[in-house]
Amino acid sequence: MPLPLLVPAVVAVAFLVLPLVGLVVRTPWSDLGPQLTSPGVGEALRLSLVSATLATAVSLVLGVPLAWVLARSRIRGRGVLRALVTVPLVLPPVVGGVALFLVLGRQGIVGRWLDEAFGLTIPFTTTAVVIAETFVAMPFLVISVEGALRAADARYEEAAATLGADRWTTFRRVTLPMVAPGVAAGAVLCWARALGEFGATITFAGNFPGTTQTMPLAVYLALQRDPESAIVLSLVLLAVSLATLLLLRGRWLGRAGAAP
Amino acid sequence: MRIRTWGTATVLAAALLTGCGAADGGDAVGGAAGGDGSLGGTLTVFAAASLTDVFTGLGEQLEAEHPGLEVQFTFAGSSTLATQVTQGAPADVFASANPGQMAVVTDAGLADGEPQVFTSNVLEIAVPAGNPADVTGLADFAREELTLAVCAPEVPCGAAAEDVFAAAGVDAVPDTLEEDVRAALTKVELGEVDAALVYATDVVAAGDAVEGIAVAEAEDAVNEYPVCVLTEAPNPEAARAFVDLVLSAEGQAALADAGFRAP
Amino acid sequence: MELDVDVADGEVLAVLGPNGAGKSTLLRVLAGLLPPDDGRVEVDGEPWDDVAAGVHLPPHRRRLGMVFQDHLLFPHLSVTDNVAFGLRTRGAGRREARAAAAAWLARVELADLGARRPGQLSGGQAQRVALARALAGDPALLLLDEPLSALDARTRLTVRAELRRHLGEFRGSTVLVTHDPIDAMALADRVLVVEEGRVVQAGAPAEVARHPRTDYVARLVGLSLLPGTGEGTTVRLDGGGRVTVAGETAGPVLVAVRPESVALWPVRPEGSPRNTWPVRLAGATPHGATVRCELEGEVPLLADVTAAAFAEMGLAPGAQLWATVKASEIAVYER
Repeated sequence: MPLPLLVPAVVAVAFLVLPLVGLVVRTPWSDLGPQLTSPGVGEALRLSLVSATLATAVSLVLGVPLAWVLARSRIRGRGVLRALVTVPLVLPPVVGGVALFLVLGRQGIVGRWLDEAFGLTIPFTTTAVVIAETFVAMPFLVISVEGALRAADARYEEAAATLGADRWTTFRRVTLPMVAPGVAAGAVLCWARALGEFGATITFAGNFPGTTQTMPLAVYLALQRDPESAIVLSLVLLAVSLATLLLLRGRWLGRAGAAP
Repeated sequence: MRIRTWGTATVLAAALLTGCGAADGGDAVGGAAGGDGSLGGTLTVFAAASLTDVFTGLGEQLEAEHPGLEVQFTFAGSSTLATQVTQGAPADVFASANPGQMAVVTDAGLADGEPQVFTSNVLEIAVPAGNPADVTGLADFAREELTLAVCAPEVPCGAAAEDVFAAAGVDAVPDTLEEDVRAALTKVELGEVDAALVYATDVVAAGDAVEGIAVAEAEDAVNEYPVCVLTEAPNPEAARAFVDLVLSAEGQAALADAGFRAP
Repeated sequence: MELDVDVADGEVLAVLGPNGAGKSTLLRVLAGLLPPDDGRVEVDGEPWDDVAAGVHLPPHRRRLGMVFQDHLLFPHLSVTDNVAFGLRTRGAGRREARAAAAAWLARVELADLGARRPGQLSGGQAQRVALARALAGDPALLLLDEPLSALDARTRLTVRAELRRHLGEFRGSTVLVTHDPIDAMALADRVLVVEEGRVVQAGAPAEVARHPRTDYVARLVGLSLLPGTGEGTTVRLDGGGRVTVAGETAGPVLVAVRPESVALWPVRPEGSPRNTWPVRLAGATPHGATVRCELEGEVPLLADVTAAAFAEMGLAPGAQLWATVKASEIAVYER
């Protein structure tokens, strides 16, 4: 291996992994058992997994078509649209949370109408957690899928058209299966981002155990009072997400990646 | 207003000379306040986020008096700052929003002398302008139909809130336990919660968008703000000058303007 | 590119031209993948494109089959599902479509490979699957875009012969674009030579070869194709006469001779090479600095000679000559 690649690669690994090692080293292992079995932790962990998964599902349903529009359609203002879509990536998440209030909050443009028409208020509910996570995480999916679509050979879609497939059939039976690895990678990124989401969630959904307190919120608050338990909680979150990603890699990404 | 509080503050400042700054005597105080131009370099102040406006003003004043001096602030949650100080952050002054986080620093042996309480803050009910939900007092925090925000018990304002609710015998039903007072206040400003229990200073800082309702029971949970010069301070002279300015009549007046109370 | 062309049912039209001549654009317009700037496309009386009338039928509503240069078999589908694809999109049930696909695979002699993925096929196999996929939907129009160019030389020979057989059985119209004159000559009933976006010559392949109208056409389609039967290194021509070739062959073959490899002699040359035949000059067409000579005899050939040599020998139609060709310069194809 050439040194100009090897050395930075090793530095990168050290840079990314050492903080995790730090967490592991500092973990008060004797506290691990009680922490894990305490009801609050289980609740936060369950809420995190459920809401991140729901956010990923919503992102898939909405984000994949959006990626298709960005990559394949000829609509005007596509460049502007793409820039707008990536705004949540650069927006401080807390600002994103405030922005969500302005639209979906009790006094928000849409939220006010929802409240009046259906008596529906979104903030401070689990729905709000999913919405906040989707807002922040969906761009990762969109960008990843759009990249996969651009890299995919659009002539396969033309071949499908000559075989009588309309654009929707082509999308379902040719485009989507061919970019499946990209979609999978995007979904994983999206899920991971949603799982770690803090700023937009605590702003838009608030923090209440059992309803809106996800693991990152629990970790942050634990840090205020008891840094050691915060470390334990972080480690739990870390372990669960790593286990999930490894499992998916073996089952889902692995299979998609094996196709020629 | 400045004139009215001036007298009190002077007394306080004099009384506190026996505290944190006393070790090095009154000369330093006099020197700094007198602006004899002997201070220079960079002064780094770690201060609780609620002190942002007041301290920024005081820092500018100190810079004006000492042209060679640059004052830099880090405003954040007290616990975050305490952690950073104990991890070796190169700060000169630490001003905490509660004695507990100051204790973290003193326990680590990083405070130069005894920390001094320089001001205090009490909880108040913040409601959106116009008070749409007709909140009148602490008892309204037990109303299920309202959307209510309280600080999380892990952070100082939440701990204080728990004490206040306990003292008042109110079984609060908040919808969200906020990670800090600023987050709670944002939700009041946006009209997304009907009421939040925050500090009086925050209500003042929020301006017209928020109205404050005093809470009699809050007197049991006054939050004291200690400050100290740090043993590892790179610029101890400037650090003492700043602490003295905070304790001076001028400093106290600025704090009072922002809604803080005398310690 | 402008052109006006009619293709009859069962006819194979080859559009021959250099790369970049706009041949693929023509196919894309016919397929509906690219709207024409102007003009009409009509198939079986149904307008597919009519710019003046604002008609543009999208590709998926055209009854066509297309074989792409690099085949474009869907990598995520099995061979059977690739062939069944067009049937499924046109409303056939899964079972029915698979059965029909299996039948098509049998016709292209790939019945055993239905479960494979395209990535596991050889180039020749992929080409046959692509053809089966295009034909399975029973198209009115079959479009072939450089169908053999992705194959290596050896595979190309056998696939070309198969393709000819399948095209012969196909009842619809076929448009084939290629830059390879051999493909055009071997597969097409009619050749259209395009150069710089316009048609320079059209006609039956042999006719175009015999009377090239431009230097470009002459260079492109000067090939003499002679059917015969291989017997070792000798090929017995169907029209009589024998040709000696470099390699061993057996069964029905095509012998291809390029005009520039034919040498003409006024008298039988000394120590004659084995491929020496008496010929009669039937016609001569000058193009550029050379003259294409049409030769009759047991072995009918085309020969290119320089204008100077042509004049020096005092050649005139009816002249009796000897033609020689080195065995190594003769190509032989199975047919």
